[in-house]
Amino acid sequence: MMKRVLAWLDERTGLGRFAEACLFQNLPGGSRWRYVWGTLVVYVFLLQAITGFFLWTGYSPSTQTAWESIHHIQSEMAGGWILRGLHHFGAQAFVVVLVLHLLQMVIYGIYRAPREVNFWIVMLLLPLSIAMSATGWLLPYDQHGYWASRVPIGIMGVTPVIGPMLQKFAMGGSTVGHHTLTHFLALHAGLLPLCIAGLLGFHYYLNRKHGLGDVSKDCACPDEKYFPAQFLKDAAACLAVFLVLLGFVLFPYWQNPTAVPGVHLGAPADPSEQYSAARPEWFMLFLFQFLKYFPGGTEVWGAIVIPGLVGAVVALMPFVAQWRHGHRFNVLFLGTLLAAAGILGRMAAVEDSKDETYLSAKEQSHRNAERMHQLVAERGIPPSGAAALLRDDAYTQGPKLFAKNCASCHRFDGHDGLGHKPLTTHTVRTNETWESIAEFRFMPVTALRELNPSFTGPLKPEDKIIAQVRPWGPDLKGFASREWLAGLFDPARVDGQHYFGGTKFKDGKMSKWVKKNATPEKADDIKKVVIALSAEARLKSQAVADKADAEIIKQGRALMVGDMACTDCHSFGKKDPDATGPELTGYGSRAWLIRFISNPAHADFYGKRNDRMPAFADKKILDAKQLGLLADWLRGDWYVPPKNGAK
Amino acid sequence: MQEKPPAPGTPATAPTERREFLKQGCAACLGLAAVGAPVAVGVRVLLDPLHRSGGSDAFVKVTTIDSLPEDGTPVQFPVLADKRDAWTKFTQVPVGAVFLQRQGARQPLALSVVCPHAGCFVDYLEDQESFLCPCHNSFFKKDGSLKDEQSPSPRRLDTLDVEVRNKTEVWVRFQDFQLGITEKIPIA
Repeated sequence: MMKRVLAWLDERTGLGRFAEACLFQNLPGGSRWRYVWGTLVVYVFLLQAITGFFLWTGYSPSTQTAWESIHHIQSEMAGGWILRGLHHFGAQAFVVVLVLHLLQMVIYGIYRAPREVNFWIVMLLLPLSIAMSATGWLLPYDQHGYWASRVPIGIMGVTPVIGPMLQKFAMGGSTVGHHTLTHFLALHAGLLPLCIAGLLGFHYYLNRKHGLGDVSKDCACPDEKYFPAQFLKDAAACLAVFLVLLGFVLFPYWQNPTAVPGVHLGAPADPSEQYSAARPEWFMLFLFQFLKYFPGGTEVWGAIVIPGLVGAVVALMPFVAQWRHGHRFNVLFLGTLLAAAGILGRMAAVEDSKDETYLSAKEQSHRNAERMHQLVAERGIPPSGAAALLRDDAYTQGPKLFAKNCASCHRFDGHDGLGHKPLTTHTVRTNETWESIAEFRFMPVTALRELNPSFTGPLKPEDKIIAQVRPWGPDLKGFASREWLAGLFDPARVDGQHYFGGTKFKDGKMSKWVKKNATPEKADDIKKVVIALSAEARLKSQAVADKADAEIIKQGRALMVGDMACTDCHSFGKKDPDATGPELTGYGSRAWLIRFISNPAHADFYGKRNDRMPAFADKKILDAKQLGLLADWLRGDWYVPPKNGAK
Repeated sequence: MQEKPPAPGTPATAPTERREFLKQGCAACLGLAAVGAPVAVGVRVLLDPLHRSGGSDAFVKVTTIDSLPEDGTPVQFPVLADKRDAWTKFTQVPVGAVFLQRQGARQPLALSVVCPHAGCFVDYLEDQESFLCPCHNSFFKKDGSLKDEQSPSPRRLDTLDVEVRNKTEVWVRFQDFQLGITEKIPIA
């Protein structure tokens, strides 16, 4: 019965005979492993089509939903990270197998007449695959995709004559936005794969027309049918490629099962956020490196003209091969090209591995990605998109606000909040020595000399040396915590660089009081005051300790108004109009800190004695939201995921 | 006398040849029109963004003059503005960033953070008092001019129009410029 149906169908359509002809195509000289490359190109394309289709079912192209939907696929949907991982590595594999296929065609001379067109088809697939990769990169709309795709879009703009129009057309407007994503998706999932599929079909058609096989006539190898001999080899190769890709996806997970699985998804794109690690895919790094050698205005040569000429030479290879040694030239040319690309790419990677800006941007990007993951889990994504989560996060914004607004005077654990030591160029004045500069800037002389290896002898006036920015104010790491206050009440440290050393209060009343009163005999009382005063801050990190030490806090409060006489200068509990020092009621609490930063010269704080610190709110340097973020960060108050609850 | 239709296989005479040519021409034209018309409609929609002018180039308030260091060190500020992106009207979202520095007590200088070469976000290196592009290593002086003739950037960092309003507010006309060319041309 089945046979009759099939026979009927074949009679009407010819499909059966066609399939048979394909499957049992004769291979002159038998099957070969090297014939698998063509099949692999088709296979990886199919893999991309399959994984891409399923990704597409969960993807939403718009600036408020692109990152969000990818994040959902990757971290919420079962198996999503494996799907995205396969698609991610498959994209790279496509370029690799294409290049290898091209190489195979050239090396074995299967570009000679009548196969020129077939060779050009494979050549044409290469830019198409790169276009696939470039359009696919923007789609997750993370910082990396956003900044990295600005480069090819920018290069598009230097195309002679039509550049600016092309650029605007590609972006669907003057800036990257909704329509850039919808355009890129339409290209990535629609037009480009259609073109590639068409070319692959044509490639196969021509292959059948000209026949497979490049075995020389005098080889005594017997002919074979495509099925099963070559089919087996092809299937084995395809499976091997798949397993390698799966290995790439699973390996990091196997290495570190506690980390968030899946290929990197950076923080959501933000045009106001610096991203110093924008790099193309590894197989395009050579072009990236190449562009560094073209001084201003000649970029069009490096990006368009030279690659175009090289492409033309490759396209002419079938004709060059007709000359004597032409084939050898072709193989040599292609080999040199690949070697040069390899060397350039390697150079770029080596440069990056030594570039601190790049490395810290990479690290920052991973930190932000991880943080986003926590925030999404904690707060959920609002309709306006996920980018706002990071902008409202004290843990992320605090260090940046500190580095920008505070680090010119203060430090945070010795750095500027972001982990850098603030440096500046210092012009040496008369009578200054290594020692005097180092002392003024609170740094060891050896460290200062290390920063300036080119200066060996004594310094001369007008020499420009690199030095640490002098810390003019206290180090605020752990501000108002017990540890921080213990240092303030330490006679050895109160006028040091971490407290009042750089301020005009170095020899002020507080400094003098500590040196006079913080004696070993009174250590117990001082400790109680520290605990009581620190409790005013209601720090999250000390909540348990504050609760446990309720009795000590009570004693400490009594000491502050009693024996220790803090209230001689400070207000505590009740307002003292004659107070000269900062208010101690609620010292270090969120409200206190925000008010202090808003205007340290307020009568409740330093009043007229304020030492250079700007009134950040009154001068409109920081707005209410920024003040809150800064205060929260300084107080260590941000969302922390539970230790084992994280997915 | 009636003309006999030519027997099959006989070569066409001149008038039939002309008729055949007309037929072929018509067939090609009609086919092209049938396919071309919907394509034309689609392309018209696709080209729509080309006829639209970009975001407004009005001045936006970025910060206050007091937040700029007195020693003239450039500081990076996000630029928040209202913008319309296709179907969404955004209010006060980040559209980019700008480096501001003091040139004289009250006069700020605004530099675009975008490297004119390939569009990467430049870094300010405080110890070298210069800007470095993290992509292809273009090097700029503190005032944004090219520091190194070999820099891939075709021009200096783009300056943005800046005004001080109401004594302290710093307003910047935020614009993007064509990349990769020596002239500074705003993207419309």
